[in-house]
Amino acid sequence: MPEADELYPEHILDHYKHPRNKGILEPASYWARDTNPLCGDELTIYLRVDGSERISDVRFDGRACVISQASASMFTEDLRGKSVAEVVRLGREDVLRNIRVSLPTARMKCALLPLHALRRALGLSPEAPEV
Amino acid sequence: MARAAKMLLNVSAIRQDFPILQREIHGAPITYLDSAATSQKPKAVIDATADYYTRYNANVHRAIYELGEEATREYEGAREKVADFIHARSPNEVVFTKSTTESINLVAYGWGLKGRLRAGDEIVGTVMEHHSNHVPWHFVKDHKGAVLKYAGMDDDGRLRVEDYDELITKRTKVVTVTQCSNVLGTINPVKEIAKRAHEVGAICVVDGAQSVPHMSVDVQDLDCDFLAFSGHKMLGPTGIGILYGKSQVLEATEPLLGGGEMIREVHLGKSSWTDVPFRFEGGTPNIAGAIGLGVAVDYLKHLGMDAVRRHEIELNEYALERLPEVKGLKLFGPADAKARSGVFSFVMDAAHPHDIASILDTEGVCIRSGHHCAQPLMERLDVPATARASFYVYNDLKDVDRLVAALQRAREVFA
Repeated sequence: MPEADELYPEHILDHYKHPRNKGILEPASYWARDTNPLCGDELTIYLRVDGSERISDVRFDGRACVISQASASMFTEDLRGKSVAEVVRLGREDVLRNIRVSLPTARMKCALLPLHALRRALGLSPEAPEV
Repeated sequence: MARAAKMLLNVSAIRQDFPILQREIHGAPITYLDSAATSQKPKAVIDATADYYTRYNANVHRAIYELGEEATREYEGAREKVADFIHARSPNEVVFTKSTTESINLVAYGWGLKGRLRAGDEIVGTVMEHHSNHVPWHFVKDHKGAVLKYAGMDDDGRLRVEDYDELITKRTKVVTVTQCSNVLGTINPVKEIAKRAHEVGAICVVDGAQSVPHMSVDVQDLDCDFLAFSGHKMLGPTGIGILYGKSQVLEATEPLLGGGEMIREVHLGKSSWTDVPFRFEGGTPNIAGAIGLGVAVDYLKHLGMDAVRRHEIELNEYALERLPEVKGLKLFGPADAKARSGVFSFVMDAAHPHDIASILDTEGVCIRSGHHCAQPLMERLDVPATARASFYVYNDLKDVDRLVAALQRAREVFA
């Protein structure tokens, strides 16, 4: 079992306390809400793309735990400026790389919630294929 | 601590009976505060299940040889112990299932869907039920066109019994209620509700999963028609549940599972069923589970259910005094220690319940977080989830202190 500061290191707490890209984006080019039925977390991702299908703005909103809030904050930072074609290929490792701590199995879904919402927004199945 | 010395149950002696509580996590004793999900097991229960497999493993009821005799005697002995524990009139009113969930499904399916309910019949539940006392009735609504209605609750977590004035009508066939909320700890006035149900000829189905382990329950006094509960929340093994039913109501119930153990005669294309309660126990039952449950009942009777309840009220009083010390903590459920069982749900403004539980985990404190299989209640409380600490016979006031200290630590981490 990790110590408290191993599971919640400074970068996670920083993104939780000062979330980047938090809020609603209207109008959005793509958006979707996903929930974690195990804990009742809910998270919506909004994307706005420019004429060349490149992400010009991104927001997330919802009621969620520290891990999924921080994960969404970091993940949305990564999305800005990427093309939709690039974003479609993102997988769980792209999310977990930001988290950097080893999560208990029960918390994995929390970290991946922003990815699942993103994939829903783009009309994909929420679970990214393993690469 | 001065207050610990006065506690009714000798918790340090009780803890010696539970091998798992001898474990240490991070050099600290386990602070197990999730007994509402499942209780820990005393060595006597663990030994009894091992003893069955070690010394007299055989299938029950039909074996001619000695091992089968012994297995049947112990299995049926467990049924007698359970019947006595809840003051049933006869062991034949006790059906072994695998869980509270299966028990309620047996009622909804066997009494309701296959048997007694018609389109337009009304089933009255409450907003504070566990999913296992919601979903089976959804089946009945979907397949039979039954109408579902729900009693509400006050902001302090008390069931609005006055709602029944409107809800219970001539069309009501089932009134179902949890005796004790698995989220709020609220203890509901089942006896009064059963009386109201009977006035219109309805049956009263009680979810006893959170009450039977924690207080003396007398089915004759409550006069409920069905009572469902689980072995694993009352010091027994997992995989063994109980459905108590009044004998005349069980006689009117159709079986859920067809197969071995439950028949009288089988011919090609048709069969007849054996007597209650065996007609509801199709397939080889959880023999070791039932035997272990019987020993768990012995253990609880030895402690005395009145003492178990008074111990819990002591813990409740202390928890109600100390939890509000944690800034930003919002506690749900009745403020009166005697109106609730030892289940405390709360949220903190510092972080989501999952994060609270994760921080507590790093301190060896085991609590639950989530919707507790009570999403309609979460909606009523307007929270996505809660954190929940729950007590049992092996908890003492020091566990409350450890909980509060760990919550203070969580607040520091996320503030």
